[in-house]
Amino acid sequence: MSEEISLLKGNEAIAYAAVNYGVDGYFGYPITPQSEIIETLMAAAPWKTTGMVVLQAESEVAAINMVYGGAACGKYSMTSSSSTGISLKQEGISYLAGAELPCLLVNVQRGGPGLGTIQPSQADYFQTVKGGGHGDYKLITLAPNSVQEMADFVSLGFELAFKYRNPAMILSDGVIGQMMEKVKLPAPQRRRTEQEIREQCPWATLGKTPERKPNIITSLELDPVKMEENNLRIQAKYREIEKNEVRYDEIMCEDADYLLVAFGSTARICLKVIELARKQGYKVGLLRPITLWPFPSDIINKYADQVKGILTVEMNAGQMIEDVRLAVNGKVKVEHYGRLGGMVPTPEATLEALIEKVINS
Amino acid sequence: MNKSDIVSPENLVYQKPVLMNDNHMHYCPGCSHGVVHKLVAEVIDEMNIQDSTIGVAPVGCAVFAYNYLDIDWMEAAHGRAPALATAAKRMSPDKMVFTYQGDGDLAAIGTAETIHACNRGENIAIIFINNGIYGMTGGQMAPTTLDNMVTSTSPDGRDVQTMGNPLKILDILALLDGVCLASRQSVHTAAAVKKAKRYIRLAFENSMAGKGTSIVEIVSTCNAGWKMTPVDANSWMEENMFKVYPIGDLKNI
Repeated sequence: MSEEISLLKGNEAIAYAAVNYGVDGYFGYPITPQSEIIETLMAAAPWKTTGMVVLQAESEVAAINMVYGGAACGKYSMTSSSSTGISLKQEGISYLAGAELPCLLVNVQRGGPGLGTIQPSQADYFQTVKGGGHGDYKLITLAPNSVQEMADFVSLGFELAFKYRNPAMILSDGVIGQMMEKVKLPAPQRRRTEQEIREQCPWATLGKTPERKPNIITSLELDPVKMEENNLRIQAKYREIEKNEVRYDEIMCEDADYLLVAFGSTARICLKVIELARKQGYKVGLLRPITLWPFPSDIINKYADQVKGILTVEMNAGQMIEDVRLAVNGKVKVEHYGRLGGMVPTPEATLEALIEKVINS
Repeated sequence: MNKSDIVSPENLVYQKPVLMNDNHMHYCPGCSHGVVHKLVAEVIDEMNIQDSTIGVAPVGCAVFAYNYLDIDWMEAAHGRAPALATAAKRMSPDKMVFTYQGDGDLAAIGTAETIHACNRGENIAIIFINNGIYGMTGGQMAPTTLDNMVTSTSPDGRDVQTMGNPLKILDILALLDGVCLASRQSVHTAAAVKKAKRYIRLAFENSMAGKGTSIVEIVSTCNAGWKMTPVDANSWMEENMFKVYPIGDLKNI
């Protein structure tokens, strides 16, 4: 299957990519618009082939804590949900970050707040990159803009998570989750043996062997001096991630007078906006953050010296714009255009907003 | 004959379990936790499964259980130990996975995780300490607090009309098809300690035999929270706790 081109929904691509990558366990609870992930896994029955565990948990809370239990054993463990379900998982996510456990989380965002709607949204940007749960922590956040990237970011997410012992999140949305595209799945690889996991993850709780001390996975430390040291160690790790792992895409930026900044499905819409704008004589480019944390601040700051104005396009009331403004640091005007509550911006309306808010102002 | 002739391996009738380290325990004098920790350590020693045992520690008085037994441990969020244990056991079926939980952890905030892990028949052992009070946070009312029992959040005694009834969670769990052992024991006498150990061992053996979920409830004292001497706490437990939480098997198949 790996060499073949498949036609899949984004959600299905994540499921198949997880099996092929050699994931050890998926734990989830149904919620629209991402239930195809667990449905695809249950139909694929990977426990009969790779030995992957797939379990429908009693709640999102249980599912994230199952991920914690699996990750503590050094297993490739993952869960997926959508906005309201991700809110329920926040305590567990903070624990995972605090205990420095690598795992993969997927949020196929829907509109909020509250029960909101099942239609697509990008309103969980703040929740994902600014915290969400309690305490000072960060999630490595990958924002796919295609079904292909939904598949590719499963392996990338696990690789980054295990490289830094930190949870990674694929922050997708209902557009990418539900739309069908051509996709080439990663080549199947077998799951790691216990011996390989013990070597890769000497901290894993797989049973104490005589040559080492007990492994204890915890985020608890009551001595504030030691707890501050733990925090500083984790913060130093975050600075390393910020130095090494920033990823972004530049589209027609070389000659751009105006810059769009957008991620995920809105970045796809912005490709059309560029085309329409250039037909009208406006030199517009797109900077697409692929990692939302670490955020591509340096490159945006560089373009602030070149362009006359920046528009962020988001399916929210203006969230990523705060990070773009921090990156630009007042050098150039930064405006926002967004649709809310499950509405998706059209290229025409986005171009109109660019002209009105940035080009003509 | 001198002392060194007497203190020799062949005369040994009792020793500290090998798995119990010398870390100073934080439990109050008279508390049941220390005894139950020792029993778990002895069972793992005797089954010779230290290298394949994974403990899941709760939030509550036993939050630092991982400091006292030299095995691999993971520390769960409050109430979520059965979810952690589910994943650990599912992904490593050859491991012995157990949770160690108090009444607030298992029967209040973690009720859903407890019931569903048991209902799925996860092949794990659950050691459940029921002392009818929140010990670690300073003696607040637990779901298992008895009718009219005074705690810091029921200062005039638990009023079951407004505060709910003592939750007999083991009775609920025993009804579930996934459960193979639901037994209520105590550790307030030497005989009770020996019997409790047999049940902990049975729970561990059931888990490794893939028979389903085993729960051993230990009706326990919290003399600090109950504001009694250890001896008085034992008597009070026999007179009051055992009436609501009678010792014995609810299910053993």
